[in-house]
Amino acid sequence: MKRMKKWLTVLMVLALTVGCLAGCGSSSSSSSSSDSDAEDATEGSASADASSDSSGDSSADAFYIGGIGPNTGAVAIYGVAAKNGAQIAVDEINAAGGINGYQIEYNFQDDQGDAEKAINAYNTLKDWGMQILYGTVTTIPCIAVADQSAEDNIFQITPSASSTDVIVNDNVFQVCFTDPNQGIASAQYISENSLGTKIGIIYDSSDVYSSGIEEKFVETAESLGLEIVSTEAFTADSKTDFQTQLQKAQDAGVDIIFLPIYYQEASIILQQADTMGYDPAFFGVDGMDGILTVENFDTSLAEGVMLLTPFSADSEDEATAAFVATYEEEYGETPNQFAADGYDAIYTIKAAIEQAGVTPDMSASDICDALMTAMTEITVDGITGGDAGLTWEATGEVSKSPKAVVIQDGVYVGMD
Amino acid sequence: MKKFSLKNMKKTTKNNLITYAMVIVAFAVVEFMVNGGMMSSLMQGLLVPLCTYSIVAVGLNLCVGYLGELSLGHAGFMCVGAFSSAFFTKYMANSGMNETLRFVLALIIGVLVAAVFGCLIGIPVLRLRGDYLAIVTLAFGEIIKNVINVLYVGRDSNGIHLSIRDKASLNLEEDGEMIIDGAKGISRISRQSTFVAGVIILLIALFVVFHLVNSRTGRAIMAIRDNRIAAESVGVNITRYKLLAFSISAAIAGAGGVLYAHNLSTLTALPANFGYNMSIMILVFVVLGGIGSFRGSIIAAVILTMLPEVLRGLSDYRMLIYSIVLIAMMLFNWAPASIEWRQRISKRLFHKNAEEVQ
Repeated sequence: MKRMKKWLTVLMVLALTVGCLAGCGSSSSSSSSSDSDAEDATEGSASADASSDSSGDSSADAFYIGGIGPNTGAVAIYGVAAKNGAQIAVDEINAAGGINGYQIEYNFQDDQGDAEKAINAYNTLKDWGMQILYGTVTTIPCIAVADQSAEDNIFQITPSASSTDVIVNDNVFQVCFTDPNQGIASAQYISENSLGTKIGIIYDSSDVYSSGIEEKFVETAESLGLEIVSTEAFTADSKTDFQTQLQKAQDAGVDIIFLPIYYQEASIILQQADTMGYDPAFFGVDGMDGILTVENFDTSLAEGVMLLTPFSADSEDEATAAFVATYEEEYGETPNQFAADGYDAIYTIKAAIEQAGVTPDMSASDICDALMTAMTEITVDGITGGDAGLTWEATGEVSKSPKAVVIQDGVYVGMD
Repeated sequence: MKKFSLKNMKKTTKNNLITYAMVIVAFAVVEFMVNGGMMSSLMQGLLVPLCTYSIVAVGLNLCVGYLGELSLGHAGFMCVGAFSSAFFTKYMANSGMNETLRFVLALIIGVLVAAVFGCLIGIPVLRLRGDYLAIVTLAFGEIIKNVINVLYVGRDSNGIHLSIRDKASLNLEEDGEMIIDGAKGISRISRQSTFVAGVIILLIALFVVFHLVNSRTGRAIMAIRDNRIAAESVGVNITRYKLLAFSISAAIAGAGGVLYAHNLSTLTALPANFGYNMSIMILVFVVLGGIGSFRGSIIAAVILTMLPEVLRGLSDYRMLIYSIVLIAMMLFNWAPASIEWRQRISKRLFHKNAEEVQ
């Protein structure tokens, strides 16, 4: 028995070592790209000669764009949306002849919304031969990955990691608004349109996105002379029951509740407020987009909810309509802003590559240097950019204006 | 050759040496492969997490295997170790202190803070009989995570400011900077965890636990586990020994936390990294590796941490396959039929030896 155990140990260690060596090879061929020649993917640093040979072959005809986001876990809906949105853009570009005649290879890896897993995903993509990074979808992993990509000098564009901490490094660019911008815009909007006198806030104190917006909102509201009478927090562990928070808001006489949170929690809040017979105005931010697609949610409860969003699936804009139609056809649901930001991110990469004139045979580091300059020079029309389009500062921050919409008869209607 | 000279040794000494040798050989092989450029970036990135989880699993195995108490909050001890050490590193970031010295000090701070928390929890709970430790540590892990999520600490020319409300109530001066920023945690920590550091900490942890369990103290601890009343009757101070073992277990988890904190440039207390699930994950390492076997804990931690990454090739199905592998491993290790089958096979393969052992 003892002896047997020893043999087993040896066997497992052996299996592990083999796993080490073989692991990188097999996972590289797993690309979720639609193209069949993904098998040619480079094996990265596995061996110096082999990688220089194979990357010479395969990357001469294609740009390798790696994506990272949560496909599983608690925040999977955002990751899947961002993945699918980008996939549509990649398919469109490839079908139209690629970027400057070069096809795109697209490989999206799961990070479960966790920083450590995101680094693993990043390294997997590096082994695959990634030249440009699209991601990560959520903020915390993005900060960790941005640090690595700055070290390796790989160009990174995130569709939806909205904290300002993400863009500290020069090589990282955002497609979404930053959290502080949303907080400021929301407070200004409420103040300018005098939507309410007594403001209540319900936010997720354990979430970077939510607490980031809340912080700036409070700051701006104070300077604008708005009165905030109730600020209630919840955490990731207690996001199924909001009756206490609502009760407190009601007792304080709140007539407009600001919800800098995602739509699942918002849908519960709307339901519970309705059950309580409490009917204040609700004002959300871009995380609220998607509330009309929550399963088993009575969308009539969302009537009159106001939100700031860069994207609306009901827009009559031609590009948006085409995107929404394709998305619905491919994935059977209405795209949310994560999908739209992802779609724009890929087109932004395309525009930057065209501006900089880089080719796939350049090293990732050279591509990064060229794209960093190009990013400040381009304007992308984009489906989240409004009329002015998307432009970037050298810091990596995007300039686009939040659009306020109100939900009427189950669709977004512009408020301006 | 080696086997013959080992034959005269005590069985436990031999066993311990095998464990040390396993870690050192693994280290040498990895270093060789990294230097030879034969290792993928994924595996290189995984090295520090593998050490981290091995260390925490060793710590928990001391608690579960030798103390005989169930702890469901080792991720919480990891969390306090991680945050206290990262706080120190961040605070001293611009002090011009030698980086290695700073990391060693951070490690000591992380370990001590985790040990103190272990002690604090142990004092009331370890006096009780039954499963109270599991319940209290479970609560501890959740509480600590939520406390850190509302903790705002900043510093400016006037010193350190602390708040549990929001950033604005800190009233920082212009030159102030945030150290712990609520849900954002600590960001931009210098990344000092290396594989070498991880292996050294793992070896130290092994050294500590081996010496503990083979000492007079260790025998007292095991006596308490096996029969509390008998131990008490021969004059063993129950609470003292239990507290000692539990604090050391927590301290080792804290060391794992230090390694975790300095591996990524951002540190947050999320359910994914310091929550209940992580505590259970560590317990799974211990149970699958064999309760009471430190070597097994390390092997299980390495395999189970690596598995989901190696399975990336299966894209969306990998977590499904991962859980199936978990169940299969559990059955292989513990199901009576499988044990019987393994014995039969081993008898057939190594006929003589099997008889000898039985």
